[in-house]
Amino acid sequence: MTIANDVFTPDLAPAPEGRRARRIPVWAWLLAAFALISFARVITGSNEVDSAGTLREAITAFIPIALAGLAGLWSERAGVVNIGLEGMMILGTIGAGYFGTFYGPWQAVIAAMVFGAIGGALHALATVIFGVDHIVSGVAINIMAVGVAAFLADLWFSGLQGGGPTQSPPVEGPGAINLPGVSDWAEGVEHKHWFLVSDLASVVGTLTRELSLLTVVSVLLVVATYFILWRTSFGLRLRSCGESPSAAETLGVNVYRYKIYAVLVSGALAGLAGGFIVLVGAGLYQNGITNGRGYIGLAAMIFGNWRPGGMLLGAALFGYTDALQLRAGGGAVHALLIVIAIVLLAYGIFQLRKGARVAGIVTVVSAVMFALWFFITKEVPADFTRMTPYVATLFVLAFSAQRLRMPAADGQRYRRGEAG
Amino acid sequence: MHAIVGENGAGKSTLMKILYGVQKPDDGSIEINGAPASMSSPADAIKLGIGMVFQHFMLADNLSVLENVVLGAEKLYGIGDKARAKVEEISTTYGFGLDPDELVEGLGVGERQRVEILKVLYRGAKVIILDEPTAVLVPQEVDALFANLRELKKEGHTLIFISHKLDEVLAVADDITVVRRGTTVAAVRPADVTARKLAELMVGSELPSPNTEESTVTDEEMLELSHITLEDAAGRRLLDDVSLRIHRGEVLGIAGVEGNGQTELTEVVMGMRHPTQGHVELADADISGWSTKRRREQIGYIPEDRHRHGLLLDSPLWENRILGHQTRQPSVKGAWIDRAGARKDAERIVEAYDVRTPSIETTAHALSGGNQQKFIVGREMSGDPVLLVASHPTRGVDVGAQAAIWDHIRNARRQGLAVLLISADLDELIGLSDAIKVILRGRFVGDFDPQSVTPEELGSAMTGADSAVKED
Amino acid sequence: MLKRIVVGLAAPVLAIVIAMLITVVILVVSGNSVSGFMTTIFSVPAPRNIVNIINNSSVLYLSALAAAIGFRMNLFNIGVEGQYRVAVFTAAAFAGQGWLPGPLNVLVAVLLAIVAGAVWAAIAGVLKVTRGVSEVISTIMLNAIAVSLTAYLLRKWGGIVGNSIQTRALPKDSWVPGIPLIPGAPNEVLGMALVAVVAGVGYAVLLSRSRFGFELRATGASPTAAVASGIDVRRMVVTAMIISGGIAALVGLPLLFGDTHSYGTTFQSGLGFAGIAVALLGRNNPVGIAFGSLLFAFLVEQSSLLEINAGVSNDIVSITQGVLVLSVVVAYEIVRRYRLAAEQRSVAEQLAPAGAKQEVAA
Repeated sequence: MTIANDVFTPDLAPAPEGRRARRIPVWAWLLAAFALISFARVITGSNEVDSAGTLREAITAFIPIALAGLAGLWSERAGVVNIGLEGMMILGTIGAGYFGTFYGPWQAVIAAMVFGAIGGALHALATVIFGVDHIVSGVAINIMAVGVAAFLADLWFSGLQGGGPTQSPPVEGPGAINLPGVSDWAEGVEHKHWFLVSDLASVVGTLTRELSLLTVVSVLLVVATYFILWRTSFGLRLRSCGESPSAAETLGVNVYRYKIYAVLVSGALAGLAGGFIVLVGAGLYQNGITNGRGYIGLAAMIFGNWRPGGMLLGAALFGYTDALQLRAGGGAVHALLIVIAIVLLAYGIFQLRKGARVAGIVTVVSAVMFALWFFITKEVPADFTRMTPYVATLFVLAFSAQRLRMPAADGQRYRRGEAG
Repeated sequence: MHAIVGENGAGKSTLMKILYGVQKPDDGSIEINGAPASMSSPADAIKLGIGMVFQHFMLADNLSVLENVVLGAEKLYGIGDKARAKVEEISTTYGFGLDPDELVEGLGVGERQRVEILKVLYRGAKVIILDEPTAVLVPQEVDALFANLRELKKEGHTLIFISHKLDEVLAVADDITVVRRGTTVAAVRPADVTARKLAELMVGSELPSPNTEESTVTDEEMLELSHITLEDAAGRRLLDDVSLRIHRGEVLGIAGVEGNGQTELTEVVMGMRHPTQGHVELADADISGWSTKRRREQIGYIPEDRHRHGLLLDSPLWENRILGHQTRQPSVKGAWIDRAGARKDAERIVEAYDVRTPSIETTAHALSGGNQQKFIVGREMSGDPVLLVASHPTRGVDVGAQAAIWDHIRNARRQGLAVLLISADLDELIGLSDAIKVILRGRFVGDFDPQSVTPEELGSAMTGADSAVKED
Repeated sequence: MLKRIVVGLAAPVLAIVIAMLITVVILVVSGNSVSGFMTTIFSVPAPRNIVNIINNSSVLYLSALAAAIGFRMNLFNIGVEGQYRVAVFTAAAFAGQGWLPGPLNVLVAVLLAIVAGAVWAAIAGVLKVTRGVSEVISTIMLNAIAVSLTAYLLRKWGGIVGNSIQTRALPKDSWVPGIPLIPGAPNEVLGMALVAVVAGVGYAVLLSRSRFGFELRATGASPTAAVASGIDVRRMVVTAMIISGGIAALVGLPLLFGDTHSYGTTFQSGLGFAGIAVALLGRNNPVGIAFGSLLFAFLVEQSSLLEINAGVSNDIVSITQGVLVLSVVVAYEIVRRYRLAAEQRSVAEQLAPAGAKQEVAA
């Protein structure tokens, strides 16, 4: 299985023992990032870096990635690799497009989940029942979903007012949270451009104006996932299928059943991600609207070490960079360069102090290069900014290889009775 | 305490699988407490109060002891504090010394076994089946295990254990059933039989005994390891200042509990891992910088896990002839595969080593373990190696094949082959080796003469003289 | 022997039947004409269409070959898309300059393209063996990066032609002539399409007859056994990715040299994913892939008439293709398992009379 890399990779030092003790919590990272970005904003004067507008855009970009990452997490925790996330998202988009056009927003949400779950069912059928290689099945589903969506779009939307063979008419999204008093005040503070305070204000502003209910639902789903998977017996059994299906089988766990549940949920969540893109992000369906976000979701999951909190961080990172280049263009991304340089420098020093000479030097050199890039140029060309989420993904995956711990039996073909 | 004995392949494990619901019998009946019982899954067996402790532990490394115990039995005490309390209670009552929140991956072999037993007790098992429980333990740990088992017996549990270690069986069992070729051939009491008699019942004929013959050891050094230290990425020493010498015509046996550095030792010799310090010499040439490929031109390698390291399971036998030997004849001619040559030589091996297979086109997967191993031995002996590294060469192999492989090794030794033998089978070690070294935690801790050593001496060395540092 | 062929064909045939069935069901449910669909798809293609089919299938073949080399190594090179994009750009940018005379220009451009594709793929390979990054994700990311990168370079160095940006057009003497293979057709088979045949033969010979091919297959079948047998598994991974990228580079070249004569924002994309589908369909076997690419090209070509002749959206064919891939993969798995069980049974039968002691699976 290619996702498991034990034979091919050199002996990367495992995460330091005592993982329970010194793990830095998610909120600490968020706080640090927040302060760093505020700092960058102030010294570069690039206020778009974390304006309420940008943050709103970031949420729109981040939620689908987070949902996709969540979908991947459910599936892989049960031991099924789900590359077909992108395809299930696409199915979700077309489902939301249709039901959003002809019915209402919440029906569209349900439809998105159902359509995604159908994709999940196919994947489960192929991998769990028939034992097909997980990645091959995922790739096949992606290919199929593209065709299905294009066909249905043509069938359903051609000739509609505002639509066409490749896109739906505009659809209405679910309601949003609005607290005009608070958001107006926040906007005022934000425009004062004070260090840290104004940034906080823009966060408040984002949360109180046009905060889609679907966003709230999605965040709740992430929290719910943590509770279900780590605090209930259902979750324990599901995780055991991904860690040691043979052990689970000998203890009377119906491994097939849990894998199927997991993949179905995975499909539904991916479908929901697609639904969000259509209903909240774009306001309509269009061929290709998912634009590879399913894969970025997988990257977020790996970055998060297969845990919801870490995955959320990863999704936030990717969503933020995506939004920044979309909304603020070259100037704002340029400001980020110095942030990256500072982070790399800090990490490089950390590595050197731990004794990892070569890695530390590489990191510090890259930090210097980023700093140089920042000082030499005034802005980053549009094409490069468009690359940011992908390059960010690659960097993050390359750097975090060591501390990754995927479920032990992830991606393995499981057949009943091979235990003992 | 009832013991079931029989050799590999006699049907013991299958019988236990049936009793535990993993497999269904085609015929016959099972009665528990006088009432007929039928099980179609482990869940049924558990409900009837039967618990099984497998030979290969069924534990999820990334989950804690508590999670492993509670899995599948969440309804009993939930998965939170009540369950934790129960686990602690059982652990204290029987003296297991386990911490519910510790991850299983950090536990030693003995501790893992105790987790397995705890699992079974947690579910209220009254009948406990243990499949080869002492396979991975040394004499002192075995004593500790049997002490635990006696406690369980006192509390009214019924114990069934499967073994092929006759001395242990005779020491602890109340009743013994002998199984051969899938049938019960005898039911005896320990007081009425000797180990020899039991063995004969098991095999149905004379045992192949490890025998002594005149020494073929020469003065010519073939393999030398000098001060080899191997550290992993986290700095732990997997091999600690290890040195050895093997001469032509000599078999050096390495004894030790699994996981003490044997695998790493073979990997260093084969070039699959590079030592942090020290060097390797073959026939006085420093081969420390040689690639595995180059080494395999002169070193034969019988890996401990033939499915993972020795064979391409989905390929035909003749292609497997090429594996490991793809740098020279008869498998290759320059940059091309010599199919005819490989086929011809595969035929020769099948003939000479009595590999039972319909043809050389058969997929390796389809052969039995013994025949697969015979083929591998044949392949590795071809090409006139000067050194043979044999890691558990007769593991999982039927007695006939085992005897054949031992003969081949002895023959080769007579002709001047140097052999590094790693084994967990003390009989094999004592019978084949000219000298035995014991490895513990990556160091050599004892040298023994197979003619005079006793299993107890070996056992002590294998666990370390100080019994307090047993589990690690 | 005959039995082996039948068993080998069972899966794809089964898959085709299933795909057709499902397509028909979808047609019926969506209120389209099944007969219209069938007659259009199964009509005999006109000479012009035959040429298109040959051209498209040879390009698909190359793409599938690139993916297949990876698959044989258990590597999922989803990055064929990005690799051929980078390669075509490199070839177009170089050849467009016209520094060298005709055929030499073409040759060097092709070599540069192969290098570019190989390097792009090697990035993923190196990331995998040094940092353990899954090549599935890294190649997908590299695809997206390739799009932006080539767009940027086009913007800097390309010229505006109509409503797209193109590299400088190839000088006339670097145009590879077509082959008027099919009589009665106004268009010609792309000259470079023959590369597909050469590549296919090379692939077959390399994999089954050479030592390198053996090592590649061994690494894909069992990395642990490969390590034990002395194969440098990490070097294999990078090498396989390089070869895969090199072949992927060829995908865009027939079009470049024989048709568009420049690379621009309108250059055909999507060939990478189609190639993966065909590789799966053909089970990574050079002959199987040939049939698969012909089938896919045939379906696509015939489908272009669907809208006009039968009023059916030609997207239905992409559903057919998708279902085909999924069902062939399931079918292969079923057949494989059946074959394994049958073999074990026959081996047991053949050995039983000799009274050999069977190793009980315990």
